[in-house]
Amino acid sequence: MPIPSASPEYTGEDDLMLKEGQIRITSGCAVSGIISKSGKRMSGEDIIKSIAVMHDRSNGLGGGFAAYGIYPQYSDYYAFHVFYDSPSAKKECEDFIERHFDIINLSKIPTRKIKEVTDEPLIWRYFVTPLPTKLAASQLDEREFTAKCVFRVNTSITGAYVFSSGKNMGVFKAVGFPEDVGRFYRLEEYYGWCFTAHGRYPTNTPGWWGGAHPFALLDYSVVHNGEISSYDANRRTIEMFGYKCTLRTDTEVITYIIDYLHRKQGLTFDEIAAVIAAPFWKTIEGMPQKSRETHEYLRIMFAEQLITGPFSILVGFDGGLMALNDRLKLRSMVVGEKDDMVYIASEEAAIRIIEPQLEKIWAPKGGQPVIIRVEGGNQQ
Amino acid sequence: MNFIYPEYEIVRNHEKCTNCGICKKECANEAHGFMESASKMTCDDAKCVNCHRCSVLCPTKAIKIIKSGNTYKENTNWSNKTINEIQRQAESGGVLLSGMGNPENYPVYFDKILLNASQVTNPSIDPLREPMESKVHLGARPKKIERDTDGKIKSNLKPQMFLSMPVMFSAMSYGSISYNAHESLARAATELGVMYNTGEGGLHENFYKYGKNTIVQVASGRFGVHPTYLNSGSAIEIKMGQGGKPGIGGHLPGTKIVGDISATRMIPEGTDAISPAPHHDIYSIEDLCQLIYSLKEVTNYTKPVIVKIAAVHNVAAIASGIARSGADIIALDGFRGGTGAAPTRIRDNVGLPIELALACVDDRLRDEGIRNNVSIIAGGSIRSSADVVKAIALGADCVYIGSAALIALGCHLCRTCHAGNCNWGIATQIPELTKRLNPEVGYKRLVNLMTAWRNEIKEMMGGMGINAIESLKGNRLMLRGVGMNEKELEILGIKHAGE
Repeated sequence: MPIPSASPEYTGEDDLMLKEGQIRITSGCAVSGIISKSGKRMSGEDIIKSIAVMHDRSNGLGGGFAAYGIYPQYSDYYAFHVFYDSPSAKKECEDFIERHFDIINLSKIPTRKIKEVTDEPLIWRYFVTPLPTKLAASQLDEREFTAKCVFRVNTSITGAYVFSSGKNMGVFKAVGFPEDVGRFYRLEEYYGWCFTAHGRYPTNTPGWWGGAHPFALLDYSVVHNGEISSYDANRRTIEMFGYKCTLRTDTEVITYIIDYLHRKQGLTFDEIAAVIAAPFWKTIEGMPQKSRETHEYLRIMFAEQLITGPFSILVGFDGGLMALNDRLKLRSMVVGEKDDMVYIASEEAAIRIIEPQLEKIWAPKGGQPVIIRVEGGNQQ
Repeated sequence: MNFIYPEYEIVRNHEKCTNCGICKKECANEAHGFMESASKMTCDDAKCVNCHRCSVLCPTKAIKIIKSGNTYKENTNWSNKTINEIQRQAESGGVLLSGMGNPENYPVYFDKILLNASQVTNPSIDPLREPMESKVHLGARPKKIERDTDGKIKSNLKPQMFLSMPVMFSAMSYGSISYNAHESLARAATELGVMYNTGEGGLHENFYKYGKNTIVQVASGRFGVHPTYLNSGSAIEIKMGQGGKPGIGGHLPGTKIVGDISATRMIPEGTDAISPAPHHDIYSIEDLCQLIYSLKEVTNYTKPVIVKIAAVHNVAAIASGIARSGADIIALDGFRGGTGAAPTRIRDNVGLPIELALACVDDRLRDEGIRNNVSIIAGGSIRSSADVVKAIALGADCVYIGSAALIALGCHLCRTCHAGNCNWGIATQIPELTKRLNPEVGYKRLVNLMTAWRNEIKEMMGGMGINAIESLKGNRLMLRGVGMNEKELEILGIKHAGE
């Protein structure tokens, strides 16, 4: 059985079926997230339990997790998680990484052989920091340098795919049901202050591991349930700013929009929500002058980053978590709270299973962001 | 001696005809007459331009205009039209003139594009039940946000134009069309919350009150251009070219330069108003840049400047140059765009279809990373709300309509504007004819048309699951081509139906 290729150019045995990136694949989904506001670390066990409840919202063609605070011993280093199709792709990618970064540590990502998850690629992890000489020569800041290198690998090295590249965080994903993917990656052995999970229900996919969610760039990760109708307007604009949408999925373009607005434009997460799920003009007109001016400005300035069509997203970042629905709330999403814990999921049952005694549970309105900041994290 | 047999024939049903004489009164071309001796109405087909004024107004519907069955011997190479044109030139020695847009059989790409709709995985949105936004803003935007010392975002936007829907009335000068036509357009734009455009003939003093909904144009003739005029509108448009006659200027005959038109244009009565082919102070891009900034200086940087160009072969490179020269908005005019008068050969053989021009300009500006610095208006035969939706999905921010607006006012596309005898009171300055267009009625018809289009646009957007115009803009995945070759699809940046 051939190993599925990470490259759009791949023309293997099953080349009649187009890969992610060669064709736009739409999907429905389940999302779940858990965060401790005080930064208390917990195991990945609960998030698996939560997403497993929503088994019927996935169809076994993709599942994954993002976990924050899991690499405290390497918190100053970018953690690259990489899929390889072949040893030669690994060699080429490692040569590239070595030319641009100091590699502090590298290893296979530990997995567990289970019958529900098969055909895995080579899965490796690297803790790296940019080479000072290369970084200086590039005239870029460290994050931009790193992001550019990730794009470089993913677009030019056939059979190599960096699917996680943040500090003190990591993405774990595969083709399968999410609870099986969690067991496969031994997620219960990781301790973090925030986890998000995704179960995928694509309408048509050959099942490529890189196409599973979360999608991540640097420390931003996105899990998304929905199918955005503004996709091509969003994609064509974000590509103008140097991003390459190789997977052609909603989640990918949403991640790039968030990276662009937060890292490159310096918007806060509240402002980002006001861009991608902008209030209607009618609502803006009724606002007090100051907020009206800000909202008008954001809608005009970032008109092409407005996202329409159904979505519920969880955006992980180094300072916390943002949950957001499209402005008509065309996808379900509920939030529960207990002590310093906040739970967000597509369905209430996915929260009740891990915390039956909630102090508060509510459904945020369309376009109303829920932003949870973790103590000691980036507060922007 | 005239060698040409009339192309159209007036057919009168004498059983229905009551000899009321309305047709005779209504026809400025004098195609109808009354024969006292036989006590019956007569007609001269040779004078008929097929404008339908008589047939529409005939109280008993006794008149119809049909294509003459009298034809030359069949010949695929020498069409009737070609032969007639040679006859006309042999007779007159003149350049052939035509009115309105290119009627020839070139592909209409809008008619080969189909729109998407949501099913199952993505709900369609019902505009009757959910908010559906058709509001549009046009203007330049900076590359980055700025914050003040308190961290609050500062407004560093350039002047913007706001429209309730992505359709505006394109430039048609006072002179080429009548006072009443202008008043209809101005009042409709005001009521609708969109813009109309003065064209190059200046702005009649009575219309300054509609300034908020007016784009004032500066063309190569500079007729009626002065600081008050420039400051009276919401935006200024520099007309570099026009889709109906790329590469040439304009000529309004002295017979139309009468009374208020002469005053508004600031030229003596009876003199020909000649707009040169190029602006005589613009011989290259850097000169255009200077004019843009001169106009911004005059208006204290409070108004967006539009540069309108005809879609020609290297339109993408030209647009890119314009985007880098201080223009806030680029208006692209396709080769089917209308005109009051153009040499027929120019109108029918020069320029590009707007669909291709728009797609390649949008692509080019994106490739260069400057698409967000300017807005794009597409014009040159936008015929329906479906064309509007397709143009926006191809990459336009907004469209201009000219011919469609005139049709709403009564134009029947007889394409004889240049003759100045418009029986519908639109493209004429003859008082007996202009009074036929009642602005009270005209403006309402324009409002009706736009309201209908706005509702249709919202229905189509809702079907696609989109509830804001900005999410439709450049959203080419919502389009599929039918019956196009690979090159055409590649230029349009769309897939073929079924892909």
